[in-house]
Amino acid sequence: MRTYGFFVLKRFGQLLIVVFLGVSATFFITHLSPLDPVEQTMGRLTRQSGFSPEAQEAMRAALTELYGTDKPLLEQFYSFWSRLVRGDMGPSLLAFPTPALRLVKRALPWTVGLLTTTVLITWTVGNLLGGLAGYFQNSRLLKAFGVFAIGVQPIPYYIVAFIMLILFGFLWPVLPISGGAGMFVEPGWNIHYALSIVHHSILPASSIVVVGLGTWFLGMRALVSNVVTEDYVTYAEFGGVESRKIVGSYVIRNAMIPQLTALAMVLGGVFSGTIITEEVFSYPGVGTLLIDAVNAGDYTLVLAVTSISIATVATAIFVIDLLYPLLDPRVRVR
Amino acid sequence: MFHIIRDLLRFNREFAIGVAFLGLIVVYSLLSFVSPIDPDIQFMEFPDLPPSGEYWFGTNSRGQDLFWQLTFAFRNTLGFGIMVAAFSRVISITVGLVSGYVGGAVDRVLMVINDVFVTLPLLPVLLVFFFVLGDSLNTINLALLMACLGWPFDARLIRSITLGLRHREFTRHAMFSGMSPLKIMFEEHLPYVMPVVFATAMANMLWAIGVEVTLAVLGFTNINLATVGTTIYWANNHSAMIVGVWWWIVIPVVLVVMLFIGLYLLAVSLNEYIDPRSRLRRMGG
Repeated sequence: MRTYGFFVLKRFGQLLIVVFLGVSATFFITHLSPLDPVEQTMGRLTRQSGFSPEAQEAMRAALTELYGTDKPLLEQFYSFWSRLVRGDMGPSLLAFPTPALRLVKRALPWTVGLLTTTVLITWTVGNLLGGLAGYFQNSRLLKAFGVFAIGVQPIPYYIVAFIMLILFGFLWPVLPISGGAGMFVEPGWNIHYALSIVHHSILPASSIVVVGLGTWFLGMRALVSNVVTEDYVTYAEFGGVESRKIVGSYVIRNAMIPQLTALAMVLGGVFSGTIITEEVFSYPGVGTLLIDAVNAGDYTLVLAVTSISIATVATAIFVIDLLYPLLDPRVRVR
Repeated sequence: MFHIIRDLLRFNREFAIGVAFLGLIVVYSLLSFVSPIDPDIQFMEFPDLPPSGEYWFGTNSRGQDLFWQLTFAFRNTLGFGIMVAAFSRVISITVGLVSGYVGGAVDRVLMVINDVFVTLPLLPVLLVFFFVLGDSLNTINLALLMACLGWPFDARLIRSITLGLRHREFTRHAMFSGMSPLKIMFEEHLPYVMPVVFATAMANMLWAIGVEVTLAVLGFTNINLATVGTTIYWANNHSAMIVGVWWWIVIPVVLVVMLFIGLYLLAVSLNEYIDPRSRLRRMGG
């Protein structure tokens, strides 16, 4: 158990490094840009209504103080981190003066919910079907599914979501194609709201599942068809062990471990895909928020969404990595 | 070289289909060199004409002949993919070879950087760059940027191969006969990783084109350059599906899906060919 504690500590250190480097990179990219957030905001605020020159000057001074853009870069960097640690990233411009972090916090549950559900479904179903396909290599149905997986797997999230949108939005309009829940449903812990959420998530979720399923299916099929030739499987077959038990307890169990590592590797990509899918279906998650923020030139919000995304994905990968030694007894003993 | 390709075409169905799909798209995009139209000029034809004998793919709402317009779109998209793949190969080969051969602290530092890149969600990062650079994020800059983000998986793969090569007899011979590390890496080890470089280049192109299409459809690239993504962007902008100009959406989507499947099948079948275990299995061994 002490080795496991050491492992957790080491991985936690890695997590901190990744988050620190990632968020710092985002900070420097946005701050070394020729785009001045103060002028950006000024342009946005003064576009709609006329302000007197004095009022504009006062506003510029207030915004400069707010963003701290007159200070040297390293000092800005320090104050950025010290505020971030305290959970303050400054107000959003898109919805001034709501704090940017509150907007992210409002959007995050939608994305995390969508991501968790779809990842669980794709990983479990894809691996199970892939394992069966690798073991029962003559099954017609599983072979057909393999062809389908090869056909769908390389298509990017956007195109799949877009095709789903066309199919279910225009040709056969049975499912809601936008929003996170019904417009006239009272939000809260009641059954109507929950059902409405599920109903609205069917299309975005299934388009993510369709893309992701193939990856796990094909990966698992390849892994299992390698494991099947191992001596212990042949031995178990000769020993008359039920094939259901061989597949479930021996073959898939062993092939599952590299698939868990693979999940940690591709999670960043899946997150990007979720963001795009959200945009296609106007799902009220982080992705839609980010794209709105980019379009509106909302400096703080872009920085906030990106930082939180990096931290969320890194934490999720950390959690997956912690599961790894629990699944693989060889790692656990060491 | 040629007999390998011939055998692959004959015995590997995935490879054959991949070559067919990709070849079709490449030939189609090469037609842009003999195109009678200029892709930047609008309203040269009647808008919104459905596919017919005269206009094979119809015309779009901007009054352009879609058949010729798409040849340019696919040329630019393919070119972008090749550019990203080439740039990122340079990074991944260098990092992979150095990390695997030199090892030690260098390897550890490079792998920490690698981990950061693997973990980063790319799309938000790309959007941040678009947000910052705005219109100066042209095709070349975007390709360079994507190459800087798209190397880590392949570098890791190349590293793992080099790790094995390092303890082989010939490396030791080269070392003791006074070959410089740089020469060992790029003259002795590079040929061994070349097959992997080719296979991953296909996968990398696939990824780059996917990201390009995604960014362009959202309007986050140069929307005046004809690519597959911008074609769909303008179609959405003119509400093509609602107005009923379905061919403006369906034809590019079908063609680009063919391109994706073609590239993927090539990458998969090459990978399978490189791995001796799976090659044996295919032969029934």
